[in-house]
Amino acid sequence: MPRTHFSPSITTRPVYPGLTSQGATPAILLADGAGAEAILDLAAQDRSVMDRAHLMFIPAGTDFGPRLAALNPRMYREAPSFAACLERFRKALADAHMGTQLYLAGTEGLIGQATAEALAAGLPADAIQSEHRGHIARRMQCVHCKGMTENVTTDPFVCSHCGLTLFVRDHFSRRLGAFQGVCVDAETPGLIPPVQEIKP
Amino acid sequence: MSAQMLRVTAREALSPLVTRFRFEHPEGAALPLFSGGAHVVVEMPDGDVLRRNAYSLISDPLDGSGYEIAVRREDGGRGGSVFLHRQVVVGDLLRISAPLNLFALDLRAKKHVMIAGGIGITPFVAQLKQLARLQMPFELHYAARSRAEAAGLALLPDLPQIHVHISDEGNRMDLGAVLGGQPLGTHVYTCGPEGLIDAVAETAARLGWPRGALHSEVFMAPPPGTPFTVTLARSGRTVTVGAHQSLLEALEAAQVPVDWSCRGGACGRCETGVSACHGQLEHHDHWLSDDEKSSQTKIMPCVSRFRGDTLILDL
Ligand code: FES
Repeated sequence: MPRTHFSPSITTRPVYPGLTSQGATPAILLADGAGAEAILDLAAQDRSVMDRAHLMFIPAGTDFGPRLAALNPRMYREAPSFAACLERFRKALADAHMGTQLYLAGTEGLIGQATAEALAAGLPADAIQSEHRGHIARRMQCVHCKGMTENVTTDPFVCSHCGLTLFVRDHFSRRLGAFQGVCVDAETPGLIPPVQEIKP
Repeated sequence: MSAQMLRVTAREALSPLVTRFRFEHPEGAALPLFSGGAHVVVEMPDGDVLRRNAYSLISDPLDGSGYEIAVRREDGGRGGSVFLHRQVVVGDLLRISAPLNLFALDLRAKKHVMIAGGIGITPFVAQLKQLARLQMPFELHYAARSRAEAAGLALLPDLPQIHVHISDEGNRMDLGAVLGGQPLGTHVYTCGPEGLIDAVAETAARLGWPRGALHSEVFMAPPPGTPFTVTLARSGRTVTVGAHQSLLEALEAAQVPVDWSCRGGACGRCETGVSACHGQLEHHDHWLSDDEKSSQTKIMPCVSRFRGDTLILDL
């Protein structure tokens, strides 16, 4: 799957410029699904990225695992979900020193959450690189009940926690690693615009 | 810019070359508080020249009872520090600007590493007081040539986080060791000679540090050079800049108002447009980008000079 190109939008929407090798500095790499291809491309660009790399991969139904392992990073681990790999990711950040690079690749939900974790751990924003690959479903926070709904592909959508019908805003919270959804029929209860598929 | 007359209430030699001065309000009024790293500009009427030098505050940022600075006597300098050392005594009144901070701590950092060379220790003296109050992790590395010259020793508390490197005693600072292995969220601050700042930037780049975690301050005195003449576009007047005078000082002496704040090429306040330039601008500031510098359409009169036939300023 090639790199996703998003249409320009309001300025709080994140941009994912793509992965560029910073050489053989200590690195943490985290990818899900088709994000594996961005890691393979990165390694093809500069093999030395793997010299001191800790690579974590969430297959999400794909079979890139063996090819990533064959890149021979210093450490390679797979996990079934971001939640399952969070403790490992946090430990890697806690043990990291200044100079460590973080490479994130895959879906917006993964990149957003991992970026928020890394910033909270003190990693400077300019040490984080990201590349979007795979589906463009969004991780949405309901601004009313604060619940998170994963993999939202339509606008509006129904909050999986409080059941309100939410308008999908382009406004992104870096702290939460999620977009924000606002009740679409607050002024006109029941008047819900036609459901559309979210476009890149 | 706001400034007020303050009285010199103490002076003390910290080393053969460095003297501490304390200023208080003549009526005992409280002075504006500041943050660690802030400086003030001290005005010195020296005969018929008015000298203005910026000095970092070393007193407690939350103590408004007075301001303190530590001044190194630069015998080969332009005269401001020598004036303070030779002519200023307790009881004198001097005009002191309100504090301004171009070298503040980034309070988002999880740890602060401060690197000082020589008299570059001064901004850190106030920052240490601020950090102690905030209870934030820090490390300070202070490099000096010899113990006798290390005026900072008299200003620094005795803490295990403070490391003194005296090159005379064979205890040079190893930047690789200082910057290697710092936890995530560490910011580095360097103040001292340009060579030290470059060395820190180089070492940090080699270790993969992102630029946003690096901060530095060079307090540069306007460098001398060959005299030159500028023409002012609006009035058609010409102003001559002497060898040991800055363009800003020459404009001030000619009563041409130019906004300024740091007088050291760092803050950007004095930025002036160039309408014509036949010759070479000698940029010494840290404000203009490389592209702006090479386009020769802007100049920072506090530190930069000119060599060539004609220079016309948008003034
Ligand atoms: S006065 Fe600050 S750059 Fe000139």
